[in-house]
Amino acid sequence: MAKTITNYFEELRGTRVWRSVFRSGTGSSTLHRALAVQQNVFLHLFSTKVRTRLLSFSATWYLGTLTFGTFLILVATGIPLMFYYHPSVPQAYADTKDLQFVVSSGLFLRNLHRWSAHAMVFLVFAHMFKVFYRGAYRAPREFNWVIGVILLLITLFLSYTGYLLPWDQLAFWAITVGSNIASAVPVMGNKVHFLMLGGNMVNANALLRFYVLHCMILPLVAILFVAVHFWRIRKDGGLYAHQSESKTVAANALPAAAQGVK
Amino acid sequence: MPEEKKITPAERGAETSKEFDRRAFFVKLGLGSLSIATAGTAAFSYQFLSPNVLFEPSPIVNAGKPENYAVDSVTLDVNSGIYLIRAQEGFFSLSAVCTHLGCMTAWKPELGIIACPCHGSKFYVFEANKIPGEKIEGPAPRPLPWLQVLLSDEGDLMVDRSRQISPMKFLTV
Repeated sequence: MAKTITNYFEELRGTRVWRSVFRSGTGSSTLHRALAVQQNVFLHLFSTKVRTRLLSFSATWYLGTLTFGTFLILVATGIPLMFYYHPSVPQAYADTKDLQFVVSSGLFLRNLHRWSAHAMVFLVFAHMFKVFYRGAYRAPREFNWVIGVILLLITLFLSYTGYLLPWDQLAFWAITVGSNIASAVPVMGNKVHFLMLGGNMVNANALLRFYVLHCMILPLVAILFVAVHFWRIRKDGGLYAHQSESKTVAANALPAAAQGVK
Repeated sequence: MPEEKKITPAERGAETSKEFDRRAFFVKLGLGSLSIATAGTAAFSYQFLSPNVLFEPSPIVNAGKPENYAVDSVTLDVNSGIYLIRAQEGFFSLSAVCTHLGCMTAWKPELGIIACPCHGSKFYVFEANKIPGEKIEGPAPRPLPWLQVLLSDEGDLMVDRSRQISPMKFLTV
């Protein structure tokens, strides 16, 4: 009998190297699958079991997952864009144009970055509306809602800082207007404005500051809060389900060992 | 065999509290130095992030010879963001930066007003009984400020953008 791909994969899972990396071992019992989630540094943020009902589209419309998807696209397109972009006054606008007209696939990457950014802002709001109208923000999930609000602000700041980088007239005036809004903060408004722009006007310092915020500080802070956000879903008892909703668990009849793993 | 010293519960209590005092002292010392370090870091960060040298254009702009400006003319210098206006009474300068959110306003000769393209604020220039720079309509919270106009030794008009003056102070040449 010819070996199927599944057979080869099972063989691979049995090798010493594979076992040294993935500790849950061979086999596909519910326990093994639960352990595979629980013992993975990335997946352990999530619940090992989920109600079937909550995996259906109608429960969440997958809005949180889609938001995270746009974030991943933004990271994946943003990093290559950095290879051709200099955050300096004489070069920024020319580099943006070069990305459009000279660099291979530059137009595609830039447009994908831009459209994903718009989509992410839209999806964050949609996600928040969905959570709000389902009542999923209520106890014990209030703190995760607060983290969500922080993530909304980070998303908006990412959009705002990215808006300056093409260094065209639209960017310049949008940031001029936006930073003047910051001046309206009582008492310390002008200080905030000065620190934000690194000067009194939108100039070289402002461009560099916005670049560092956009490419380093804000994405790192976003990743940190996204991790806490995901982890809190598990800690707060999994995805929100109304008490009238079916309690069937996606992976049925979990063994006792995995039951304790919440 | 050394004689064992008997400790009464009261003495033990005193010893424990002394022990705790020492611990509390070190906790306070630790927290105190951490707070000082945090405050210092905050102060240093603030100073670090505030640039000490700015490569921004000088606030004083040379607007050229007075005879280049006709009476009742409004001249916008987009680069420096000022209007140099020659009225019947003399020269004066208005900031061209909208007091709403900092957009560059424009002189509309066909309407005889200054208008902001961003959010639609409008300002008087030559209207009778109105101070030039006063708002006609729109979201601008303040009139366009008057800027100091001086005559240099060479006879050039100099506008100091960092100095706002009270309105209706004209420079006569």
